Amino acid sequence: MMEPSAYLLLSGILFGIGVAGVVARKNALIVIMSVEIMLNGVNVAFIAVGSHLGDPTGSVFAFMVMTVAAAEAAVGLAILIAIFRLKETVDITELSVLKW
Amino acid sequence: MAPIAIDAQALLQSTYSILPEILVVATALFVLFVDLILPEENKRVLCGVSIIGVALSLFAVFSMGPARISGFSGAVVHDGLGAFFEIVILSACALTLLMATGYSEWEGTHKGEFYSLLLLSTSGMMFMAKGTDLMTVFLGLETLSIPIYVLVGFHRNRMSSIEGALKYFLLGAFASGFLLYGIALIYAVSGTTKIPQLAAMLLDASLAGNPMFLAGAGLLLVGLAFKVSLVPFHMWTPDAYEGAPTLVTAFMSAAVKAAAFAALIRFLLLALPGMQPAMGKILWILAVLTMTVGNLSALRQDNVKRMLAYSSIAHAGYILVGMVSGDVLGGQASLFYLLVYAFMNIGAFGVVMLIAQKEDEGYDIGNFAGIGFRYPVLGALLTLFLVSLGGIPPTAGFIGKFYLFSAAVKNGYIGLAVIGVLNSAVSIYYYLRLVVYMYMMPAGAEAPAPRPPRVAFSLALCASAAVVLVLGILPRSVLEFAERSVLSLLM
Repeated sequence: MMEPSAYLLLSGILFGIGVAGVVARKNALIVIMSVEIMLNGVNVAFIAVGSHLGDPTGSVFAFMVMTVAAAEAAVGLAILIAIFRLKETVDITELSVLKW
Repeated sequence: MAPIAIDAQALLQSTYSILPEILVVATALFVLFVDLILPEENKRVLCGVSIIGVALSLFAVFSMGPARISGFSGAVVHDGLGAFFEIVILSACALTLLMATGYSEWEGTHKGEFYSLLLLSTSGMMFMAKGTDLMTVFLGLETLSIPIYVLVGFHRNRMSSIEGALKYFLLGAFASGFLLYGIALIYAVSGTTKIPQLAAMLLDASLAGNPMFLAGAGLLLVGLAFKVSLVPFHMWTPDAYEGAPTLVTAFMSAAVKAAAFAALIRFLLLALPGMQPAMGKILWILAVLTMTVGNLSALRQDNVKRMLAYSSIAHAGYILVGMVSGDVLGGQASLFYLLVYAFMNIGAFGVVMLIAQKEDEGYDIGNFAGIGFRYPVLGALLTLFLVSLGGIPPTAGFIGKFYLFSAAVKNGYIGLAVIGVLNSAVSIYYYLRLVVYMYMMPAGAEAPAPRPPRVAFSLALCASAAVVLVLGILPRSVLEFAERSVLSLLM
């Protein structure tokens, strides 16, 4: 079995890309996509470690994360559509009814 | 490959260990189903059905008692701590539902999905409080959060509601990413996600000093800190609390906080002995920052809902004070305070809801002028809840703060206790400012009368007031229950 360190590095890079996207982007749709990249980075780590240890927990965890990510994306996109109907924009810097 | 034998006995015991959760989820599904066949004018029934479901679940918790029942190969455990938090969460949910009888009438939230989302979120909180596997904690957190995102944006034609929902959603999803990465790192180092096994491994010094493990524990802490809104992870709180329907704000501020603290207590109390003193220092800083920033920001607010939002941040800081030392005394004080906080905060939101009438502009502090003498009962109730939030005797808020700070002193964190007391003094200013408005300011020319509460709504307010007063005078039995709950965790 291959050492998981390379995979962990990959997962770290994916997670970092996701974090950078959330922090830097202003379009809420891209922020949601970046969150998905973060979660997929986590999945890589879980599966790599699980298969290295021969322990099913890692793979089961990855399935759970995928399920949750799907539910989260559905709710997130619904909120986004509701915002777009009211404001015709999904730029998070223009959401200022409430003080940030 | 050998066929997997299903042990009927174990399956039965596992099912029994999550009986209260099953009842809540079943009620949520039942409500959705009944919603289909009910005519529009009878939707009030749904609220009653939900209350019955929550009452049954509460009854199940009480009849199961504090005995330790572990289920699903150690993924959940029903123990004293789980039972304590289930009682807190279910009481918060019951109070919210009782208030919903009135609130839903005014704001048009008598809808099947409103109640089922509320119940599903409650079930997630209960799982989070009972989870002994980081996977259960994560799934509970998400089952709790996703319905809450929807509930915050429930008034989807009100910009502030939907804006609060988006901000809460984006930051919440971001935070759960951190939580998950933390779990992944911990799993990578230790090969397990079960909290008791982790705690046992932590006593071995090599793991506690492993940088990857420390990074994992730190990320896990960040994820949970977002949910309990500790400074500097609190940015979403004022916006989400102000934008959400007030009923949902009341529920969130009490129940979400309790659930996330339950997971935090379970993780910290078991893991802390292996991770002191580094973890203690981090919690110390977080507690001081949270109390101070929360209170100082609340001072400047003219919107009562936003003021209560900042005050709830400050309260998260007080509760964290009890966890800095990671011992039974502090943990017990935190548990007691969480219970008291649920009742006094939901009570305060309930009265505010009646007075404010309209979402958004109704919550300006000017609307509260002159309420005290024109509506003596409402004025007295709100004063009681605010005085308790401020920590003035003879209310439960005072007893709670007293135990939190005296636990800190006994464990040698005298500086922390002093900062806590000073903060508490600052907070009295903005709570009493509202009381001054109610009693000493003349009412505006066309000040609208508060809404007349329904019977169930009044019942919820009276129950909250009774708990705040009774626990302020006779806290012993609940304190002992809290102590047994913390001890059951450490056994």
